[in-house]
Formats: sequence, structure tokens, C-alpha cells
Amino acid sequence: MSNKLEAERPLSPHLQIYRPMLTMMMSIAHRISGAALAVGFALLTWWLVAVSMGPGAYDCVQSFFGSLVGRALLFMFTWALIHHMLGGIRHLIWDTGAGLDKTTIEIFAWATIVGSTALTILVWVLGYCRMGGL
Amino acid sequence: MATPLKRVRGLGAAHHGTETFWRQRLTAVANVPLVIFLIWFLVEHVGASYEKMKECLSNPIVAVLMLALIWSAAIHMRIGLREIIEDYLHNKLCKVSSLILVTFFAALVGIASTLAILKITLGS
Repeated sequence: MSNKLEAERPLSPHLQIYRPMLTMMMSIAHRISGAALAVGFALLTWWLVAVSMGPGAYDCVQSFFGSLVGRALLFMFTWALIHHMLGGIRHLIWDTGAGLDKTTIEIFAWATIVGSTALTILVWVLGYCRMGGL
Repeated sequence: MATPLKRVRGLGAAHHGTETFWRQRLTAVANVPLVIFLIWFLVEHVGASYEKMKECLSNPIVAVLMLALIWSAAIHMRIGLREIIEDYLHNKLCKVSSLILVTFFAALVGIASTLAILKITLGS
């Protein structure tokens, strides 16, 4: 009965009705990066537990993170972390009531994309420099 | 007559007012410097040997910041993941079990990391 009522009720327009816009994509990206960070923190936990367990477990976790798959995961973790952080700062600014006009939200969106990508690359370049190359 | 005061006293439909909203913002603010610290720490010690890494992690300042990050992130993560589930999962069984799993996951990350950091720092 309740299902029938729900089906007959007029539905509000959903995602597919709207033309994709940058700010909308950034909102989705903020959620996706946030969910991805849960995986990232599981990796961080695994790493910390490995350090606490001893050299054997540490070598095992280090060789995984050194592998191609491990490095790809860590690169995505870095990007998600920085993207979500910049996106979060944007939200904190909005919480004060500032920066909600059309021009500013576009600038914020681009700043988050460009900033997170540039900073992620910078972090990895610095990391590879510290290791003395690839 | 129902006035807004009634809602304020009852703290709204969820009965805990803006507590979750506030906690999410509070942990977000804490996460910014703590995440910058994590990235700095990992870049600084990338490729370090086991002994070296253990020594660096047992530094009390590092341990305190790591613990703060893990706790703040676990709380923030639980709120965020719950929000996603509440928005997209409408089947009651699916929704409730996912909400429980998310809480268990956040707790596991928090507890396991905390124990690991304590074990490293206290050196046993």
C-alpha cells in the first residue's frame, strides 16, 4: 500500500535532469574523496599497526606500498586528502556566510582542483627527491 | 500553539540539535593542521628503516599529533560516511546495517591505531 502511494507521488527532479556544472561536480568530488579517505585511513592504520608489530610486518607493509599498486593507492590517498582538505576549508569559509556569490564559488571550485592537483604533485616530487629518485 | 521555542527545547527532530554539525566542523578545523603534519611526516621519513621509523614515531610530539589526527579523523569519518548512507540508502535493513558497520569501522581505525601508537611510544 505504502509502496503504491510512493510511486504515484510526484517526484522532484533528480541529478539527471540538471546540466552538469562545475560546482555540482565539486560537491560530488568532495563526497567521493571523503569516502575514499576511509580507505586511506584503513591503510594508515595498517601501517601504524605494522610498525608496532616489528621489523617483519614493517617490511611487508613497506614492500606493498613500494609496489606499483601500493604507490597508486598512496598517490590517490594523497590527492583525496588534499582535495578534501581544500574543499573542507572552502566549506568552513561558507559556514561564516562569506564567499557564497556566483563568482567566488567558481573561483573556489577552480582553486580546489588546481590547488589539490599541484600540491599532490609537489608532495610526490618532494617525496621522490628525499628517496633520491624513482 | 506551537512556537519555534518548542523545537529549540526539544532540539529538533533528531533531539540532539546541531551537535553533529558542530562536531563535524570542529574535527574539520582540527584535521587541517593535523593532515598537513601527516603529509610532512611521511614525506620527511619516506623510505626510512624500521628502527628509524620506530624512533621517529615514538617522539612524544609526533605520537600526540598522530593520536589527535586519528581520533579527529575517525570522528569526522564516521559523521561523513553516515551522511552519505543516510542520503543514498533507503532500504531500512541496508541502511541500518551500513550505519552500524561504518561505526564499527571508525571505531576499529581509532582503536587499532591508538594501540599501535601507544605500543610504539611506550616501547613494549
